[in-house]
Amino acid sequence: MPFPYNKITSEGVEYLKNVTACERVKVKEEISKDYYHDEMPDYGIFPPEVFVEALTTEEVSAVMKYGYDHNIPVTVRGAGTGLAGGAACKCGGILLSLIKMNRIDPVDKMNMTVTAQPGALLTEVSAAADEAGLFYPPDPGERTASIGGTVITNAGGMRAVRYGVTRDYVRAIEAVLPDGSIVNLSSNVVKNTTGYDIKDLVIGSEGTLCIATKVTLKLIPKPNCTQTLVIPFDSLETCIECVPKLLQLPFIPTAVEFLERELLEIVERQLNKMFPVPDGEAVLIVMYDGSSKDELNSACDLAADTALNAGAMDVMLANSPERIGSVWSVRAAILEGMKADSVGQEECDVVVPRAKIAEYVKAAKSIGRKHGIRVEPCGHAGDGNIHTEMLRDAGMSEEEWKTNTHKCLTELYALSKKLGGQLSGEHGIGNGRLDYLEDFVGTRMNDLFKSIKLAFDPKLVLNPEKIISFKK
Amino acid sequence: MKIIVCIKQVPSSSEVEIDPENGTLKRSGSESKTNPYDLFALEAALRIRNQVGGTVTALTMGPDQAEEMMRDAYMMGADDAVILSDKKFAGSDVLATSYTLAQGIRVLEGADLIICGKQTTDGDTAQIGPAIAEHLGIPHAAWVSEITEVTDSQISVRQDLTHVFQISRMEYPCLITVEKDSNVPRLPSYKLRKETEKKEVRILHFDALPDKNLSRYGLIGSPTTVERIFAPEKMGSRQWIEGTAMEQAEKLTELFVKKKFI
Repeated sequence: MPFPYNKITSEGVEYLKNVTACERVKVKEEISKDYYHDEMPDYGIFPPEVFVEALTTEEVSAVMKYGYDHNIPVTVRGAGTGLAGGAACKCGGILLSLIKMNRIDPVDKMNMTVTAQPGALLTEVSAAADEAGLFYPPDPGERTASIGGTVITNAGGMRAVRYGVTRDYVRAIEAVLPDGSIVNLSSNVVKNTTGYDIKDLVIGSEGTLCIATKVTLKLIPKPNCTQTLVIPFDSLETCIECVPKLLQLPFIPTAVEFLERELLEIVERQLNKMFPVPDGEAVLIVMYDGSSKDELNSACDLAADTALNAGAMDVMLANSPERIGSVWSVRAAILEGMKADSVGQEECDVVVPRAKIAEYVKAAKSIGRKHGIRVEPCGHAGDGNIHTEMLRDAGMSEEEWKTNTHKCLTELYALSKKLGGQLSGEHGIGNGRLDYLEDFVGTRMNDLFKSIKLAFDPKLVLNPEKIISFKK
Repeated sequence: MKIIVCIKQVPSSSEVEIDPENGTLKRSGSESKTNPYDLFALEAALRIRNQVGGTVTALTMGPDQAEEMMRDAYMMGADDAVILSDKKFAGSDVLATSYTLAQGIRVLEGADLIICGKQTTDGDTAQIGPAIAEHLGIPHAAWVSEITEVTDSQISVRQDLTHVFQISRMEYPCLITVEKDSNVPRLPSYKLRKETEKKEVRILHFDALPDKNLSRYGLIGSPTTVERIFAPEKMGSRQWIEGTAMEQAEKLTELFVKKKFI
């Protein structure tokens, strides 16, 4: 076991400058505090000993090899938009930024793929696909995420209902292993049964198995029209019961989100952003994409009739960019609204079978009430991924908040497991959910995870103590 | 309360094509939608109706294809929809359009309250609403950002006049033009679509209008023509001149001299 890790020495810093460049290596106070954490500072603030910005795969390899040979942890960072505390240097060491490795190759129209370096932003990759008349569907909402980060965390997002998650769009990865060697995981082929599928194992490994230095992504034909339906219901139960009926229709919706009135009222009250549909205790927001207006209208009409038969109060049609914007801008503001409505937040990202959503939501609220925590579930009704936000009201002490959220989370995860769900649908384990994983998956599975980690990284130098802990 | 809302069909795309022959909007071929500003007007009307009772009539001047937009107004909750459609109206500028709409409103026997969007996204003049009020000889308040009070006899509004706000109160009949974001327009309802599928959209032709003087309508009734449309150049920095009226006048004169305007 490598603990304790070595500290970086001044010779080490010089070496890193030699294999990269002086101006791309920073130490101590030179390192911006933004690099101490990701989007969730609550999941840990850890100062790196040294910050290195790489520009090439060879530089990444040299830095990684140095860490491996000298027993110094290396943590890789893209845009730092993760929500699990994954990109923070929990054990100190080197923070290796890939954000300047941001080249996007011209779109390969024959293969319908685009190849990009990991630091290219998701929004830039999408734009490149769009310019070529094609479409890169994964959209986790945070479009300033780096593409490498979205691949390594298997980012999801609400379009998963129709298009799937990031993993479904990764054709090939060029990667640097913890010992510094450079490998190719699959290639630009549509199918592959050549040995173990390491590519799919690496996707979602949250930077603990290898470093993606180039990714080749599948593109699809671009849908050219879209419409959103807002469907109000007088109860959450009828709202959720409608979801499978919509999913059974011949047209697959792009997104199916559910929101309770309580959440909409928080956004309206805190951000003065009014939702265009004032009726209903709960609403479904259903998006359809189509290749023609006729196809789109047929899909929407069928969905509307189905929803009305399933007890919807009405079906409201957002059929122009302004109307669509008035719906989705409120949906997008939910997190901001909840932040404004509380003095602290903790989030649970469980995913449950779609048939169990209503049961989960009801039970989650009662768990919150039991522990004196406001619990607001919302999110992806189409795929069962319920973002369950816990809100801290003013007046609650730090200790009370920590103890009670921990109790809440423990019960919420147990609930998810009981309903046949999983601990995290799309945000990952990272550091923030590490304490809960072993209980959730069991000792045998946790040992298997450890074996996989050791197979890639026998010295535990790449992003150590994330997902699984060897210290326990 | 009888409310008339003037709405217009505009191209869906922001790239508006102008007919080089006569400088008017090219309508054929492109997809269209309700002018986004007019949705705020329609929403304002529907809310007033819900509050004090009455009817909301959507009125437009345009080709027969405007029926699609009028059906959308029905789906939002309008009680009645009327299109002023005639070849004689083609090529109308602000003056002729506002006159035609005012004539249409006369055919509908006027209204207590007329609501227009502040402007359209294709023409952008923001003059139609006030011009209709002038033709009808009724008071108006433009650029309304908030309707503060509605009673049986009068309406109070807040006008956003760029640098100042003005609170205005008017007795009916009167006209207001509403700003975007003065409310959040409701979405069209699928249920209302089903209910109003067979409901008539009334079409009024030239013959129905009280004034038969052809020189007031269409291209002939339009003293202005569009030569070309372009984005305005970016303005330089703004300078505020403060002080008493005399001091301001002096400073302004100095500035003009310095700039060699006088």
